[in-house]
Amino acid sequence: MTAWSQHKGKAIALTLENIDTDQLIPARFMSTPRAEGYGDFLLHDMRKTSDGAPIPDFPINRHPEASILVAGRNFGSGSSREAAVYALVDFGIRAVIAPSFGDIFAANAVNNGLLPARVTDEDAARLLARLGAGPVELSLDIETRTLSLDNQTMPFSLSAPWAEKLINGWDDIDLTEHHRPAISAYRARRAETQPWVFPAEDTAG
Amino acid sequence: MTTLLDKLWAAQEIVKSADGRSLLWVDRHLVHEGSHHAFAKLAARGARVAEPRLTFGVVDHYAPTRGPAASPAIARMIDTLEQNAAQHRVPCFGLNDPRQGIVHVVGPEQGLTLPGLLVTCGDSHTSTHGAFGALAFGIGATDVAHVLATQTIWQSKPKSMRLTVTGALGPGVGAKDIALAWIAKLGTGGAQGHAVEYAGEAVRALSMEGRMTLCNLSIEGGARFGMVAPDETTFSYIEGRPYAPKGAGFDEAVAYWRTLNSDTDAAFDRDVTIEAAEIAPIVTWGTSPEDALPVTATIPNPSQASEADADRITATIDYMGLTPGKALTEVEIDQVFIGSCTNARIEDLRAAAAVLAGRRAKVPGLVSPGSRQVKAQAEAEGLDRIFAQAGLEWVGSGCSMCVAMNGDSVAPGKRCASTTNRNFRGRQGRGARTHLMSPAMVAAAAVTGRLTDVRPMLKGRDAA
Repeated sequence: MTAWSQHKGKAIALTLENIDTDQLIPARFMSTPRAEGYGDFLLHDMRKTSDGAPIPDFPINRHPEASILVAGRNFGSGSSREAAVYALVDFGIRAVIAPSFGDIFAANAVNNGLLPARVTDEDAARLLARLGAGPVELSLDIETRTLSLDNQTMPFSLSAPWAEKLINGWDDIDLTEHHRPAISAYRARRAETQPWVFPAEDTAG
Repeated sequence: MTTLLDKLWAAQEIVKSADGRSLLWVDRHLVHEGSHHAFAKLAARGARVAEPRLTFGVVDHYAPTRGPAASPAIARMIDTLEQNAAQHRVPCFGLNDPRQGIVHVVGPEQGLTLPGLLVTCGDSHTSTHGAFGALAFGIGATDVAHVLATQTIWQSKPKSMRLTVTGALGPGVGAKDIALAWIAKLGTGGAQGHAVEYAGEAVRALSMEGRMTLCNLSIEGGARFGMVAPDETTFSYIEGRPYAPKGAGFDEAVAYWRTLNSDTDAAFDRDVTIEAAEIAPIVTWGTSPEDALPVTATIPNPSQASEADADRITATIDYMGLTPGKALTEVEIDQVFIGSCTNARIEDLRAAAAVLAGRRAKVPGLVSPGSRQVKAQAEAEGLDRIFAQAGLEWVGSGCSMCVAMNGDSVAPGKRCASTTNRNFRGRQGRGARTHLMSPAMVAAAAVTGRLTDVRPMLKGRDAA
């Protein structure tokens, strides 16, 4: 994944709470291989009519150039489908700003270079009011955990390990390889002291 | 001083990084058709599954429940899992395996889920397995690939929360009602960042099936982890299951499992208590699991709500096609669904059948047992005939109409009383209107054709 620490882009408001991952990408699109791109599926049933025509007023239809979304609480709740993050990333979204996120969604986001920036309820309300219907240019800085617009800055929260992952573009598998000896030692100890933790029956055949 | 979470976490921790994340050992990794992204990531690195013996494949999300797969794309998803499993020598409960079913039903049923283990799966309802006193949580595709490649996972330890349910539940009230009650009280983000340990007399009194329902729904209240400390109920459920420890190994395991509980003086980051006697049968009215009310209540009226809530309530009522202020029991339904990892175990089917016996459903519906083993058990008990005589369709096992991936879906604008876990917009199909409730409550709704309080219908019957 691409490492980044600063981004400047157009932010738009999605003034809804509880935008769950079933809405971010309806389940029926999830058999598609990633190589085909997931951007078109983003918020599909909210922004397209049942015959697939875009609803002109929907924020991301009006401003497909947006790269930052500001939304209500509990963004990305529900299903663990990483496809929800793929849809955002493939559409061109780099960051989502909201008062809270589904725990699994936020972890998936960071694994794909998408910033889940958490702000207070008050700051989210201020941002949504400021954005209104139009896109506003907004800057994000992961190092300082701040966002700025109109020459004002606002803090956001992001845990230290997640900030590091985004800034360095780390892949956890590479990181874990450094711990191979510790993993092997742990496994051997577990097999010796608690052999019952390994399944009794071997394989199905 | 330590909590169950502390004990389970410490037992799995291999290393702790300077930034506070733990590298945890994974004892069981369950994969399904949706894991195709992760297998593709593994292939892209040229990596192999590190521990095929600890990895188990299950066909569920796309499993057809009636006849062949609904489309070539769906058939391909199932084939891909079976091929990936074969290629990596991972045991797989495939479409034609007698052990096939929903991953969160099959794991416990086969004795794969045990107290003191860490269980991961690329599915948010993996919290179900916490009912055994295991550390179990859902992960996304990148993390699934990580577990496949290393049998470990990086996690920051969540905060601890204890949810105590004191006293005894009333007749016709069960685990689903406890779950919807606390989610309605705390909100869908109420337990975000926390691992929830369920405690109290009402939780102790639940069967393993009930505990699984309770832990399953943890994620709907924002908690990635739900757990119940193991006890005799747990041990007797596990004993004799195919993959469970046997003989001396079982005794040794039980001795260890008895240590898996929170110390009496353990301090939790958050402590919440609810009174079992105050919980009525619950139904959801909206498009979020927190939109839940006792069935005796009325549909919220936006004009009586705060300004902040009014717009959301109006939009929700509009999507759901409801009338503000009307009694919930006046809401007419079009169909029912009994199934899913939340409520399709044998006890759930018995509870629904106890209401349906000798009665006819006014609306059509599907009954999809949680696994082929549950299906066989139900048929041995004659439950399939009760459902069929009531006019409901008895079908195969899988996620089916809960997630609408296999072609089983609710048509636009149709209203479904459902034993599932999510009433999200479009979850059961585009434009579908879902009301979540317990299996007994779905059965009651089937009989009357509207949302219904099951309690009077249980009079003179043995509510299973």
